[in-house]
Formats: sequence, structure tokens, C-alpha cells
Amino acid sequence: MPTPHPTPPDAEALYARLLHLVRGTLSPHAEPPLLVGIYSGGAWLAQRLHADLQLAQPFGVVSSTFHRDDFATRGLHPSANRTALPVPIADRAVLLIDDVLHTGRTTRAAINELFDFGRPARVDLAVLVDRGGRELPFCAQLTAATLTLPDDVLLALMRDEDAAEGIRFRFDLVRKSASQP
Amino acid sequence: MNGNQLLIRGGRLVDPLHGLDAMADVAIVGERIVAVGRAPAGFVPDHILDASGMLVLPGLIDLCARLGEPGYEHEGMLDTELHAALVGGVTRVVCSPDTDPVLDEPSLVEMLRWRARRIKSARVYPLGALTKGLQGERLSEMAELTRASCIGLSQADTPIADTKVLYSAMQYASTFGYKVWLRAKDAALSRGGIAASGAYAQRLGLAGVPVIAETVALHTVFELMRATGCAVHISKLSSSQGVELVRQAKAEGLPLTCDVSINNLLLTDLDIGYFDPRARLDPPLRQGRDRDALRAALADGTIDALCSDHTPVSSDDKTRTFADAAPGATGLELLLPAVLQFAAASGLPLAHALGCVGHRAARAAGLPPASLAAGEAAELIVVDTQARWRATPEALYSQSRHTPLAEHDLQGRVRHTVIDGRVVWSDSATTASA
Amino acid sequence: MTRAHNPQLNAHGELRHLLTPEGLPRDVLLHILDTAQGFVSFGSREVKKVPLLRGKSVFNLFFENSTRTRTTFEIAAQRLSADVFNLDIQRSSTSKGESLLDTIANLEAMDADIFVVRHADSGAPFLIAQHTPPHVHVVNAGDGRHAHPTQGLLDMYTIRHFKGDFSNLTVAIVGDIVHSRVARSAIHALTTLGVPEVRAVGPKTLVPGDLRDMGVRVCHDMAEGLRDADVVMMLRLQNERMSGALLPSAHEFNMTYGLSPERLALAKPDAIVMHPGPINRGVEIDSAVADGPRSVILDQVRFGIAVRMAVLSIVASVEH
Repeated sequence: MPTPHPTPPDAEALYARLLHLVRGTLSPHAEPPLLVGIYSGGAWLAQRLHADLQLAQPFGVVSSTFHRDDFATRGLHPSANRTALPVPIADRAVLLIDDVLHTGRTTRAAINELFDFGRPARVDLAVLVDRGGRELPFCAQLTAATLTLPDDVLLALMRDEDAAEGIRFRFDLVRKSASQP
Repeated sequence: MNGNQLLIRGGRLVDPLHGLDAMADVAIVGERIVAVGRAPAGFVPDHILDASGMLVLPGLIDLCARLGEPGYEHEGMLDTELHAALVGGVTRVVCSPDTDPVLDEPSLVEMLRWRARRIKSARVYPLGALTKGLQGERLSEMAELTRASCIGLSQADTPIADTKVLYSAMQYASTFGYKVWLRAKDAALSRGGIAASGAYAQRLGLAGVPVIAETVALHTVFELMRATGCAVHISKLSSSQGVELVRQAKAEGLPLTCDVSINNLLLTDLDIGYFDPRARLDPPLRQGRDRDALRAALADGTIDALCSDHTPVSSDDKTRTFADAAPGATGLELLLPAVLQFAAASGLPLAHALGCVGHRAARAAGLPPASLAAGEAAELIVVDTQARWRATPEALYSQSRHTPLAEHDLQGRVRHTVIDGRVVWSDSATTASA
Repeated sequence: MTRAHNPQLNAHGELRHLLTPEGLPRDVLLHILDTAQGFVSFGSREVKKVPLLRGKSVFNLFFENSTRTRTTFEIAAQRLSADVFNLDIQRSSTSKGESLLDTIANLEAMDADIFVVRHADSGAPFLIAQHTPPHVHVVNAGDGRHAHPTQGLLDMYTIRHFKGDFSNLTVAIVGDIVHSRVARSAIHALTTLGVPEVRAVGPKTLVPGDLRDMGVRVCHDMAEGLRDADVVMMLRLQNERMSGALLPSAHEFNMTYGLSPERLALAKPDAIVMHPGPINRGVEIDSAVADGPRSVILDQVRFGIAVRMAVLSIVASVEH
């Protein structure tokens, strides 16, 4: 009996919730953390959060490519978006941002990448969706929604740009084909 | 009186010397052919070779093969290579003096002949070295070498750099009417080259042997021939320009003969592929245009003979970089398929085409031609022209297993070789019936 | 040609060995350049290392001396966390007569994953690639006069970096092309990437006519060769060529084919000047040009490390 295809969560609603959660952690007396988004969904989120929170210091983006653990089977993707950290991260608090937290491997690779650039004081993780299925002991400090999805379904954040409405997020659910890892 | 009465039945007889091409049986008694066509009255064969569907040809003559002796006695090379000759249908081998030591002493020649006769295999006709050690400085004892049964004097693949020495050697040789065998290879211009100059060598970054190395040498040799009257055989022509010069020299009436190797006849520089050391050869493989000219020249008789250029090269010496690999390839077992391929492509009558490994080659070497006429020594081969095979190392009998022709489809295999009336080789794929 | 398939690519068209740019499809070359782009900014990282080749052994087999090229490969491999071993062949067994293939077999027994090979004989890396097991990768660091693919690729990277795209360029390669593996690799890469005009410039003894078959325009006149060029690649003139049967002297070469500011002015105003290094000042190139604003020679060196990192990671990531 095939499982019915679940409906994708409302990305805009979740974004609003995440924004609220992040805003809640900011204090007028302390330096805000550095926002660093994990390519590519996390990078979009970091960009929008940064604009909506009107933070003074620029946000960064980090690529997990060089520290992925599946290099031997999948090879190196050339459009290796490059890690760009406009502000030194040494001794700073970093808020790492990603769209979906699943096995935890991307988070591990991103953190390894981050540490190649310096030693932050602390790293917290904020995600739109935690879909469970962890294979490594990671958790997010800020989560907009928790949900369960079948293993063979990929949850992907998409970004639409509209002249009238500006940037809009939505989620796509993609059934993985047999050949996709 | 006899003991050996052999009948070769049902084959297609091709005898280039007499231009014969007909279905005919061959009756052999003892060492000689007693009848061609119909057996004589009272002839009862002890053995019958069934040659139906096959060719019966005189044994092939190969004007250039290296048998590895003196030099490789430990490897039993003379035995294996002469056997390979029989497998290839070659009953007469002219061998090069570039042995170790060089064949520049009559005693070495006599030893080689004695060893070859003991093996009772293909007949060996040695060429003596033209200069001592092939060094190109001092003349060898040409008369002594000839008396020891050398059929000519040769420099193998080592050109004489000093023109004055070459002049003197040719003068001396012509005193006695000896024929001098030379490569058209200018020592200086060919130095350092490992592939034919041209677009492909350029692309691969291989040092080139320019064609002028061949043409300049030919001009020099022809001038010296005019000055001395010496008869010359040019070994292993490789270029279309060389062919043209030979054609003109022959038209002029110079006492000149020449041959081409199976590799230059069938392959081009493109067959080097990705630096395949099996294609490292001397002379190098030239371009398509040269191959075409060589074919046309072999067809019209400008080139007298096709030779195998058989050269034993060990696997160690071939699995090296192109520059480092020893030049040379196996050839004795490939001469037959090569000449059959040439004959088919040339459009010439088979009897005429085969003369390049028969009477025309013999004539160039000053040897009596092999023939299938009654009264002649029975020296012949039975050939299956339909057999298809490839010259992979496993398929070869020679110790020299490397050839750039290994991936070519070859057609033609010898089923039986007969020398002096005895069947000295039978392919296990067919059996003689008694 | 009896051999049809390119030994560098596996059955899926992935780069298994890098032996020469010749015969590699355009998108394979671009893949290398794009990957290199990711590695170029490594200098700004505090930790200049990523674990992509961790646990892999890279053996530098330099049968011909070259401190520069070997060092850049070493840096590249180390930045990828590979274990690097430098085999100084002059002093090792090969000088005692051990054959090339025996040397390789011995090294394989030590679990080598990648051989970076420089050899004086054209074709040597092909021989090695044919005789190593499937999991071993061969990267050619220069074979005779045949190819120097990583140099060709870093030259392409440099051109793309400064000029954007290849489709409208005129590139002049000047000097001893007949003996140059750098030139051959550049020519193959340029023609594959679609550069419409590649010129080979030099005297007949160093730039023979049959180079045309490689798709270049042969120019024996320096002015004609440089006119309106977007890229001028100067080649190093080897000492042994400078006085002998191919050229009379370094001085005369400089007089006829040296890149002076006056000659450079014949090229486009924004033309870049490249050189694989090391430069012979005053021979093939004047100091004023080598140190001048249009010279990108030092950028080539910087890009060389990134390109070699890209090549090593790409070949190492191929599955069998």
C-alpha cells in the first residue's frame, strides 16, 4: 500500500517563526552572534534574517563541500560554492543556519569548515525544519518546526523572487529516485 | 631406393617463377619433385597431404631476419626462430650480420651455418659484415666471408658515417663482384630520431627521423654506385620520396635492388597510438602517403622483395618508454599473411604478386629461385588462405612475441612445410593421412 | 589508430588519470577549472587544509629534476591532507638499472594511490598508467616534450581569470615550441576550449611547419605573431638550445624574438603576458615586461597550486 505523498510545510510561516525565535535571543546589552548560513538553503535564510534583523555586521556563508564524508563516492562538486566569512570568527559567537536538519552530516561538515577559519567562542544551530533521522549527535538550539518524513523523500527549500512580493520561500517534496544517494 | 614418396593432392599450385596457377597434384620422391599435375605411373605415396581448398606454393624467401645467433645461444634462439620460420612458411632466411659478435669473421659464419644445418630446418643464408664490427672504419675480409658462404656484405641498420670509407668498401666489393646491402639511412640526419618526422610525431613530442635521412643517403649511395660500379641492395625502404629515387636509379640502369618490410607495407605512424613501444621500429613507420607509394612500388617491381625484418626483442626491452624501447618486431610468422594481403589488395595475379617472396627476392639476393617444377628440390608450403588469426604473443612460436600488427586481422596460415621432400612442419589443426 | 579509447577516462567518462589535455572533452577541462576556483581562496583560510585526500598516498616520481613543480604538487597534496612521498629517482634504484616498471611495482607494494610523474621520455606516464592496478591514478607532471597538462590547465585558468571567456581570443605562443611540452599542452587545451586563433611564433628551427596540424597558425615573424594578441605566452629557452645547431646565441634570439616593451605594444593594450617560469631575463623576455603591469606570471604560480589541488581531488574521487 503506497504511502500518500505528504504536503510540504509552509515555508513562509516557518520562516516567520524562526525569525521570531532568533529575535528572541538577541539582547541589547550583548553583541549579537554572527549569522552564518550553510549553502544553499541556509545561506538564503541567513541573508533574509540578516536583512530583517537589521544586523550591523555582515552575514557569512559556509560550504560543507570540502569536509563532506561522501567524497569518495560522490566526488567533488565543482560549483563548490565558496565559504565566505567577511568577519573573523575567532572568539565570536556564531549562529549557524540551515534549512533542514536531518542526519547531521552536513552540520558536522559545515562546522569542520568553519573551524578551518578560526576558533569561535561558541556555535549554535538554527533550522527551519528538524526532520529527525539523526546519524550523528547534533541538535538545533532554535527549531521552527519538527516533523517526520519518509526516508525516500527529500525536503528542499526553494526561493522565488517576485518583483511585487520580494523573496518568498517554499518547500518542495521530492521522491528520491533509486539512483540518488 | 626410395622410402619417402609424398603426394600433395588437390591443391591450387601457384609457382611465381613460371607464372603457373593451376589445380595440380605434386608427386615427390625422396628430396625431389618428380611430377606436377599427374603422378607418374607406379607412384604409390607413403604419405598424402590433402591440400584441397588450399594453395601450394614454393617456400617463401625472407631477405631480412635476425635469428639471434651468435648472441642468444643460451635461449636456444636459433632453434626456435628457425622453427618459427617453418611455421611461417619461410624456407630460406637471409640473416643480418648484426649479431653478437658481429658476423665479420669467417669462423663465426661457418659456425652459424653448421649449427643451422644440424637443426635441419629452413636454409640460412648469412650476410657478412661490410666493415669490421659494423663500425664503419675498417673493411672486413669480404673474400673470406664470401668463401664461408656469405651471399653478400651488409651494414645491417648501422650506416657508415664516413663517406670515404663507404666509397672504399664499395670499390673493394665491386672488385670481386660482391653485392653490398645497405640501409638508406644517413647517420647524422637519423641520429636521435625515434619516430618518423611528421604531424603525428610532432603531436606526441617524439624526436623525428626526417625523410631526408633516407633520400640524402640514397643520393649518396647512387653516386657511389656510379663511381664504383658496385651492385647494391637497399634494405627496408620507407618513404615515397625514396621510392621515386629508386625508380629513377633503376631506369638509369644502376645495378640496384631493394626490399620493404611488412611493417612499412601495412602500417603508418598513426599506429604508434598512445606511444605503443611495439611500433618502435627502424626504419620508423611513415605516413599513409608513403605506405601507398611502397605498395605501388612493390606491385610494379620497383621494390623487388618483401621482407619480415624479424627481430627478437624481449618483453623487458619492449615494456619501456617509446624512446627507451628496443626497436624491432617479430615477423617470420607474419610474412605470409602480409604478402597475401598485399596480393589481394594489389589486384595483381597471385602468381605475380608472390614473386616478391619468391623468385624476385631470390634474384635480388643472388640465390637460385625456389620452384615447383619437376626435377626441382621439393621445397614448398601448403597454405590455408581462409584461416583467420591474430598475432598475439600466445599464437606465436617465435621467442620474439611483439608486433604492432597484433591487433590486425590476419588471413593465411601455413598447414604444412616441406623441405627436401620431408614434411618439417604440420599445423596440428590438420593431420596428414597415410 | 588501433586504440580508440582515451586511457585517461574510465568507462563513465570520468578522469582517472591526467596524462595530457589532448583528447579530453571540453567539459572535463572546464570541470577542472571550476573545481580549481573553489581552491583558489585557500590562502585566506586559517587552516589551509581539507581532508579530501586524507589517508591517500601521493608519490612524487620525478625522474627529471624540478624543484618548483614538485613543490607545488607537494603543497597541493598536503593541503588536501594526503601523505606525500618524494622519490628522488636519481639517487634511487633506477640509477642502478632498475627498470621504470619495476620501480613502479615496488611503490605500489607500498600502497600508493596517486603517482605524480615527471620523466624525460615522451609517453612515460602512459606506460605507467597501463601497468598500474585500477585504483592507482597517474598525474603527468611533464613527459619529455609531449605534455605538461597541469601547466596547460593553470595557463587556461589564468587566461579565464583575466579574460573571461575563450571564444574571442587570439593567443600567441612564442619560443622553442618544438621542444616544449608546455606549448603542446597549451595548444591542445586552447583549441579544445574554443580559442579561435592560436599562433606559434619563432624561428623555423624551433617552430616547424608541421605544427600546423595541431591547429595553430605558424608565424616566423614576431611582429605578425604578436599583432593584436590578447595573450602572449613566452616559453623558456633552454640553455642547451642557446648556442648550437638550432640557434646561434641567446643574444640573437633576444634580438629577433625577445619580448620587449616595444614588441608587446603590438599586442592589444590589455594583453596579458604569461610565462611558465623560470624566466631567462633578457633572453626570451625583458625585465621591464616580466615585472610590468601586464605580466601575470606570479598569478600563474598561485593558480598552479589550486589547479593541482583540483586535479588530485578529481582523479582521487573516481570510483572503479
